Amino acid sequence: MGMTIAEKIIARAAGVETVRPGDIHTVTLDRMMSNDGTTHLTVDMYYNKLKHPRIADAKKMVFIVDHNVPSDSPKTAASQKKMRDFAKENGIDFWEGKGVCHQIMMEHYVCPGELIFAADSHTCTYGALGAFGTGVGCTDLLYAMVTGTSWVLVPETIKFNLTGKLSEGVYPRDLMLTIIGTIGANGANYQVMEFCGDGAKTLNVDERMVLCNLAVEAGAKTAIFEADEIALEYLRARGREPKAVFKSDADAHYVKEYTFDLSKIRPVVAKPDFVDALAPVDEVEGRRIDEAFLGSCNNGRIEDLRVGAAIVKGRRISDHVRFLVVPASQEIYLQAAREGLIDIFIESGAIVMNPNCSVCWGSCQGVIGENEVLISTGTRNFKGRAGHPSSKVYLASAATVAASAVKGKICTADQL
Amino acid sequence: MSCGKIFKFHNDLDTDQIIASQYLLLPTIDEMKGHTFESLDPEFPQKVTPGDFVVGGENFGCGSSREQAPSVLKALGVRAVVAKSFARIFYRNAINIGLPVIVCKELPDAVKTGDEMELSMEEGVARANGQTFSCTRLPAYMQQILNQGGLIASLNQEEA
Repeated sequence: MGMTIAEKIIARAAGVETVRPGDIHTVTLDRMMSNDGTTHLTVDMYYNKLKHPRIADAKKMVFIVDHNVPSDSPKTAASQKKMRDFAKENGIDFWEGKGVCHQIMMEHYVCPGELIFAADSHTCTYGALGAFGTGVGCTDLLYAMVTGTSWVLVPETIKFNLTGKLSEGVYPRDLMLTIIGTIGANGANYQVMEFCGDGAKTLNVDERMVLCNLAVEAGAKTAIFEADEIALEYLRARGREPKAVFKSDADAHYVKEYTFDLSKIRPVVAKPDFVDALAPVDEVEGRRIDEAFLGSCNNGRIEDLRVGAAIVKGRRISDHVRFLVVPASQEIYLQAAREGLIDIFIESGAIVMNPNCSVCWGSCQGVIGENEVLISTGTRNFKGRAGHPSSKVYLASAATVAASAVKGKICTADQL
Repeated sequence: MSCGKIFKFHNDLDTDQIIASQYLLLPTIDEMKGHTFESLDPEFPQKVTPGDFVVGGENFGCGSSREQAPSVLKALGVRAVVAKSFARIFYRNAINIGLPVIVCKELPDAVKTGDEMELSMEEGVARANGQTFSCTRLPAYMQQILNQGGLIASLNQEEA
């Protein structure tokens, strides 16, 4: 029996010929990343809990300050200083304020065929380049940093056969919210979501990132696309080479298969307080909002900013809405500035902010108050995720968010 | 057999509810633990006593990879988390820090907050309200990490 892409990556990292779902293997990791959400705890454990503190290979480590940047309090500043000092002392690549961690990783590090552990749940994003990325906690990260290895329980793989092409005004974000709403918040628990088919070929790397990034919201260990010519071109443009290009074997085993026809997808939202609470935009149309957010590791890339800017151009943001625009990286921010998108956002009344996790994780500028309503391109809409426990978050595409910011109520772009 | 009170929570309980984002960058777990389950039950840190149990439904601990979630539960003395199923990162994190996570399909629907339960990990059973429930055993590899007191304790023992 053959293997899937994910199984081949684990087999390579474990130094064995074949792996099967359910096996536990010790693997050598290709890269490890940690951000300011937990690194201060990792550093504390490094100094206080380890019998023999050491770093297996500092060149494989990346530290990124992105969650609360610039810092919002003396305590945050102290936690970030701990991280910064540790990185400098140990020769670890360190990024601060340059972008959301997964965007930085995609722009500068991730290569097809790699096995990457990072202390953030949205590490599954890296499957857009045919890498196996998965989120871990800070103890796993510490163990990986010290030994260069970790253990993996080989997950089963679910095949998502994508057909057709998204219609105009419908985005990968609508597709992925539809997939999660269909299979449920634990529909892929401890499994790999492999995206393939002709429909997959219609998506560029940025768009594939939208699908892979949200896989954890269906419980997946990771998500993955085959590293095809589209992925390899993205790498070449950034001067990187693949580690290994794997394809799933024709006789690989899939625990389940789904088919989604992209042409049938329509603009949707995830209603509060669950990512799988799927509804067509029509169902919640007219719901008054207080804030709109365009950004995050899911949907803060250049194409998302282009879509948003095209909608608000020549219009004014509703006078009862704060519209936060947060590019996912400085590279994207600069590109948006060169294209004149930042001018358009500011002229419309939006607040353009530095790249960071922002209100998507609810502990940064932009958090919302009691009973307020946010429409967001962020990753989650859990109770209180963006601020006060009574506040509500609707997840939607950049187009729906921008249109709703103009109208002051939830709507699609063609309703303006 | 250890005995304690039950605090019961809903399906798809996400780690943001266990400990909200705004507290994650506090310097220590001790400073965070007073905010455990703040959005759902602000009195939880005062009410819970060492040896008590958290019981969930399906997909317990979904969402963020924040290890602070199992860590604050452990710091408050929670003996174990029992649920019908767990989200994978929470499950792995809990084992790594030495907090037992027990899969038990029937118990969650048979109990409510305030009930007493007993747990025997050795026998693989839980008892509550006069009923005995069997629990799924951990794979041997994970049980060993848990027995050694977590992943770092296990690493230190290997290198002793």
